[in-house]
Parts: sequence; C-alpha cells; structure tokens
Amino acid sequence: MNNSENKSLVYSIKDLNLWYGDTKALKNISIDIPEKEVIAIIGPSGCGKSTFIKTLNRMVELVPSVKTEGSIHYKKLDIKKAKVESLRTEVGMVFQKPNPFPKSIYDNIAYGPRIHGIKDKKTLDEVVERSLRGAALWEEVKDRLDENAFGLSGGQQQRVCIARALAVEPDVILMDEPTSALDPLSTAKIEDLIHELRKNYSIIIVTHNMQQAARISDKTAFFLNGEVIEFDATERMYSNPKDKRTDDYISGKFG
Amino acid sequence: MKITIRERIKKNKAKQSYQNTIEKAMPLLFFLMASLSILVTLGIIYTLLRETIMFFTHISLFDFITGTEWYPFFENNPSYGIWPLLSGTFTIAIIAMLVAVPIGLASAIYLSEYASDRSRRILKPILEVLAGVPTVVYGLFALTFVTPLMQTFVTDLPIFNALSPGIVVGIMIIPQITSLSQEAMNAVPQSVRDGAYALGATRLEVALKIVIPGSFSGIVSSLVLGLSRAIGETMIVSTAAGSTPNLGFTPTESIQTMTSYIVQVSMGDATFGSTIYYSIYAVGMTLFLFTLIMNILANHISRKYREVY
Amino acid sequence: MKNNSVTPDEKQIDRRIIKNKLAKGVFFLGTLFGIIVLAALLIRIFTQGIAYLDFGFLSNFASRRPEDAGIRAAILGTIWIMSITIPVSLILGVSTSIYLEEYAPRNKFTRFIELNLANLAGVPSVVFGLLGLTVFVRLLEMGRSILAGGFTMSLLILPVIVVASKEAIRAIPQEQYDAAYAMGATKWQIIRTVVLPAATPGILTGAILSLSRGVGETASLLMIGAMTFIAYTPASVLDGFTVLPIQIFSWASRPQAEFQAVAAAGSIVLLVILIVMNTLAIIIRNNYSKRY
Repeated sequence: MNNSENKSLVYSIKDLNLWYGDTKALKNISIDIPEKEVIAIIGPSGCGKSTFIKTLNRMVELVPSVKTEGSIHYKKLDIKKAKVESLRTEVGMVFQKPNPFPKSIYDNIAYGPRIHGIKDKKTLDEVVERSLRGAALWEEVKDRLDENAFGLSGGQQQRVCIARALAVEPDVILMDEPTSALDPLSTAKIEDLIHELRKNYSIIIVTHNMQQAARISDKTAFFLNGEVIEFDATERMYSNPKDKRTDDYISGKFG
Repeated sequence: MKITIRERIKKNKAKQSYQNTIEKAMPLLFFLMASLSILVTLGIIYTLLRETIMFFTHISLFDFITGTEWYPFFENNPSYGIWPLLSGTFTIAIIAMLVAVPIGLASAIYLSEYASDRSRRILKPILEVLAGVPTVVYGLFALTFVTPLMQTFVTDLPIFNALSPGIVVGIMIIPQITSLSQEAMNAVPQSVRDGAYALGATRLEVALKIVIPGSFSGIVSSLVLGLSRAIGETMIVSTAAGSTPNLGFTPTESIQTMTSYIVQVSMGDATFGSTIYYSIYAVGMTLFLFTLIMNILANHISRKYREVY
Repeated sequence: MKNNSVTPDEKQIDRRIIKNKLAKGVFFLGTLFGIIVLAALLIRIFTQGIAYLDFGFLSNFASRRPEDAGIRAAILGTIWIMSITIPVSLILGVSTSIYLEEYAPRNKFTRFIELNLANLAGVPSVVFGLLGLTVFVRLLEMGRSILAGGFTMSLLILPVIVVASKEAIRAIPQEQYDAAYAMGATKWQIIRTVVLPAATPGILTGAILSLSRGVGETASLLMIGAMTFIAYTPASVLDGFTVLPIQIFSWASRPQAEFQAVAAAGSIVLLVILIVMNTLAIIIRNNYSKRY
C-alpha cells in the first residue's frame, strides 16, 4: 500500500453498511481508493460488489427500501451532502448491459452536456468527437453519427456508453461488469480501452472474471458476503493472498 | 486557456436555480392532473346524488324501489316504480350473457389452447374489429337485420323486442370476454400444462382440468365485466328494444331498460326541474350503483387470482 | 379377464382423442361465430347503405327527404368535438400516467387513484352524459355546446388513455433510466428526454384507439343534448353540434326503410373512419415496437 500513500484519494469509505429491507448487503466496509488507478472488485455473485459501486454515485438509492450507514467521502466531500446530479457528472458509470438511448450516436454522446445546459452546436461537435476518440470509436462511426445507436454491435454500443460517460469529463468511471454481455473480441477492445483511460481517469470496475481483473487492474478488492476480505495490489493478491478465502476463490474452489 | 466542459457545467449549475423550481413543480402539477380523475368520480357521485335527492322529494324512495309500474308520462297519475326498468335491463343482460358466455369462452379456449400462432394472428385482430364497431351501428344491425331474421323463427315477433338487441349486446361483449379470459388462461404457466401433457393428457383435458381451474377467477372476472357492460349498454337497446316498460322476463316483447329510459327522456322535452327530469338521475344512480358494484367485484376477483402464480 | 394392468385401455384412449377433436371443432365454431357475425354485419350495412353513398351525402346537411340527406354537419361536429377532446384527454391522460408511473409513492392514495380509474373505465357512457349535462351544460353554463361535448368525451376516454400510456411507460427498461440517472439527469429531465420519447409511439397508438372509441360514441353526447337536425356549420366551440353516430341513430329511429338505408350509409362512413384510425394505430405500433 506504499504507492497509494503518495497519491491522493478519490474515495474514502468508512464503516459502510447497507441493507435492502431487512437483508444486510454490505458489512463494515472501510477502504481508501487512490486516484488514477484501475481498481477491480471481484467476488462470487451476490457478494455485494455491484451494490458497492452503486453506492459510490448513489445509484443504489434508486432501489426502494435501501438503507445505508457509515460514510463515503469523494475527494474529502461527504457524498450524502453533495448534490446527487453534480456528483454523477464527476463520477460516470457504465453498466453491465450496453444501454444506449434509442437516439442517434451523436445525441447519445451529447446527452450529458445537453442536460447540463451546454447547447451550442460547436462545443457539442467538439465534445462528441473528443469523447468518441476517447472511447476508441471515432474512426468506426464518424461517418454515421446521425444513425441510431441501436444499430451498432454490442461492443460498439458499450463503447458508445463509455463515450457518453466521458462527454461530461468525469474524474471517476464506475464500470459494473462492462464486458459480461460481450463477445471475446469486443471484450478485448474494451480492456484495451480501459488501459488507455487509466492515464486520465480513476476507474473502479466490477468483474466476475478473475483473469480480467488480473489483466487490467492495479488493485483488487475481494468481496465475500458483503464484506471486503482483502484489498491489495493485484499482483500481490494473486500471487500471495493473505486470506485463505481469497486463495480459495482465486484458485477456483468456489464462486 | 480553453475552459473545460466540467467548468462550464459547474457554472451552468450555479445559475440554474429555476431548474430546482421545475423539479419541484412538475410532480405537483402531475399530481393535480392525476387527482382530477378522483374529482370526476366525485363529480359523478355528487351530481347523481343531488338530483336523485331532488327526485325523492317528489316521489318516495319506498315507491321507487318497490313499485312495479313505470308510467312517468301519465299526466294525472304518473308512477315511478323501478322494477319494470330493472326487469328490462336484466332481460337484455340475460339474453346477452346466454350468447356471450359460451361463445366468448369457446373462443378464448380455442385461441389459448388450440390455435396455432398463425391462426391466432389472424383471428385476434378480427375480434378486435368486432370490439371496435360502434354501438350505434350494432343498433342499426339489430333493428334491420337480426329482428327480421328472428321473425322467421318467432312468429308474431314485434319490430321492437328484447330478443334481437339482447343477442346483439351479447355479440358486442364477446370480444371483451374472449380477450380477458384468454389473458387469464395465458397466465397459467406453460410448465403446468407441460406436466399434464407429459402424462398423456389431451388438449381438452388440459384445458378443462388444468387451464380453466387455474384461471377460474380471471374468467369469472371477465364475465362480471361483460355483464356490467351489458347492463350499461345504451344505443343498441335504444334503437331496437322499444320503450315499453315491461315487468317480467319477456324476450319477445318490447321492453325498456334503464339506459334507454334515460335516452328517451333526454331526447324529449322534459322541462328542467320537473319530476321526469329528476327521474333520469334516480335511474342513472341505480344504473351507476349496479355497474360500480360489478366492477369492484370483478377487480376484487381478478386481484385474488393474480396472487396464485 | 379383467383389465387391471397399468397398460392403458386402447379404446379409452381413442374415446379421449375423439372427444378432444370434437371439442376442438366446437371451440373453433365458437371462434368462427364472431367472424361470421362481423361479415354479416359488414355485408348488411354495405348493401343497405351503398345506394345512398355519394358525394352529395358527404356535402349535404340533414334533410327531411332521404335522398337529399347528408352528413356534412355531423362530420364537422365530429371534427370539432375531437379538436377539444384530443388535447384535453391527452394532456390529462399522459400527465396522470406520468404521475402514477414516475412520481407516485406506493401508498394508499396512489392505490385509490388507480382503483378509481379502473372503476371509472366501467362507468356506462350514459352516466358520463349525465355528469356532462349537469356539470358542463348547466353548472358551468356552457350550454349544449361543442365545448361541453368535448369535455364530456375527454373524461369518458380518459381512463383508456391512462391505461395505454401507463403500459407504454412501463415498457421502458430500467437500464434506460439507469443510463440517464448515471449521467446526472434529474427526474424531470429523464421524463422529458428518455421516458416521453420512448413512450410516444405507445401513447399515440393507445390514444388513437381510444379516440376511435370516442368517434363512435353516442350515448353521452346524446345526453349533452347534441342535436339531430343541424343545418349550419359550427363557427365556435359554443355552438350546438351533432356528430356522426348521433345522426345515424336519429335516422335509424325513423320508421321509413329509406332512412334506415341512409343510416347504413352513415355507418359505412363511420366504419371507414374507424378503420383508417385503427390502421394508423397498427402501423405506429408495428413500426416502433420491440426496440429494446
């Protein structure tokens, strides 16, 4: 954890507990997330990893009957006190299933800037190009920006979603199993992209795929039954896990 | 240096206080619109109730609900006993249900259990068209086609009678009964059917022993809704059933229903404030209560069955 | 020897198969009945009315002589009524469905609104007519006008539009909401930029279908006091009016067979209008459905 002390933190989470109704989904989570790194969150399904990243941009609050305790600080700001719309412009999110809007590629990318009051065509043109380039999609779609995004392949749709998130220039990108609905080739493209993006963004990615976590992340958190069992540099964790349960999971004994 | 999108967004956020106002105002606006439907219901109840009470200052409630004679147009000694109108209404409803229940259910079973996807795609739109025919056209059809047709079977059948509009009302509610029953039957999971087929059951056995019991409350609910529509149907009976308040089940005679009485008065020149004028509200109130009870009943029954699967 | 083994009795199976085939025939005949009636109705109305259906029928006012009678006032009245009903019922209906699907808390009052709408859908139209007569014609002093008729009609089809709009909104997948929320959109922005664009085809289909019900609606407007004999063109929403189905009803109630044939001619026009509207609704539904 030495190198993280040099870097400033994007998230500092203390004693986070979360319930869906009477079911406790997250238990006493306390971790610090450094900036400009790729953090992978792994664990068997139902371990709370998706729930966890949804607490980071408060998307989890959309679920009725959810209750949280503890604190999450985003760059020293308590996110409970932040305006949720502002938090989400700084913390973008990409979902499991590609979910572009049934609009043109251009309108998909311009969606964020537009709802935040940026209307002039010139700026929007620039943003669309820059975001699509950022998502490594510009060359593929530059001649058909006004076509419906639903006409693209699954992998391209997912990159539209990444470009859409980039358009408002966030600091953090949350990714909830972004490749689980994609074929291996598209998956490889997204992984390359994540590698590029880590230069400028902090990325927190949930994945059920341990090889993927090993390939792309700097640090990995292992979740089990709503608890963080281990959080360490990815290499160290894979080669020398401290906890028996991490070892069992990584070596495929369960999950 | 060029300002970034981020900074511009922040600047926009700072000055867009009207956005907060919109965020708060819209739900309120929509809530008011949604509450309007309650206001409409209250309006219906209030207008009916107020004028009905006026009616009962002229005619006693007791005479109204026990009277067996409905002669509002008698100058000297008018009588306002609701029973002839009720019996006319239910004569129509009974004939309609005799037509609609077997045919509606047979169609529902056929469409849900026997028909191939292709024939279902052809048959369902035809039923939808049948449901879309305006009642006034059905009325014309009853008067100028079904009545002459019936006259070949029933000698001495008068032009205005309960039989042919009753049949046509039944035809009108077939699509509703079919589609609601079929919906209920579709809610029976395929796995339950497959279980029976695996034991060698025929389609008929699956339909009668698995599907119908499994969707029974949905089917009953569709029948109650159909009955409620038959009771409230106005134009078919106004066109073809005549206007003779007749007590008893008299399908081959001219009758009058609650709805056709209301139409008859409103087409005439009943003076505002006269007993006849107020009587349409008393009759309307009776009609409203009957249909309301049936709708609540149908809702209740179908809600119960939804919990099964 | 008695057949006590578990081997099924062949004869018994044959009987069950025959029974099943017979039943299938019976059920099919039941389904066929609707088609036969529809065919009979269409053929009957068509052959009865076609002789009176010409250009004069569309352009003439009602008349005492069947051969001069026309539906000009009725067509114009229907258009006038719809020009009030369409905006009023759409604004009320879509707003109500947005409230119920997007904003309403899961409480007793919301359930009450929904139950109330369901029951309102089952209220006979003649009762809506009584409401319109009392509230719009008398209490609000609109008289027997287009305005009173349009408002009454709007309330009558409101429940149907609400149900259709709610279904259209409910068909939007949660992922679409997630995408917009994650971009920092507010609730109203999501409704404006995601929900309404996606739900519009569904809402439109439902609206056209319920409006086509309104075009054929007779009883409630009869109660409002739509007149059956109008020989002028309405100039404002406060003028009296007649509509196509009322005109048909008044001709159908005449004893002369000629007028019944005129009523059939009017019915043909009405049915054509409804078929056009329904076709439009189906086209919209087919072109825009299954996008997710």
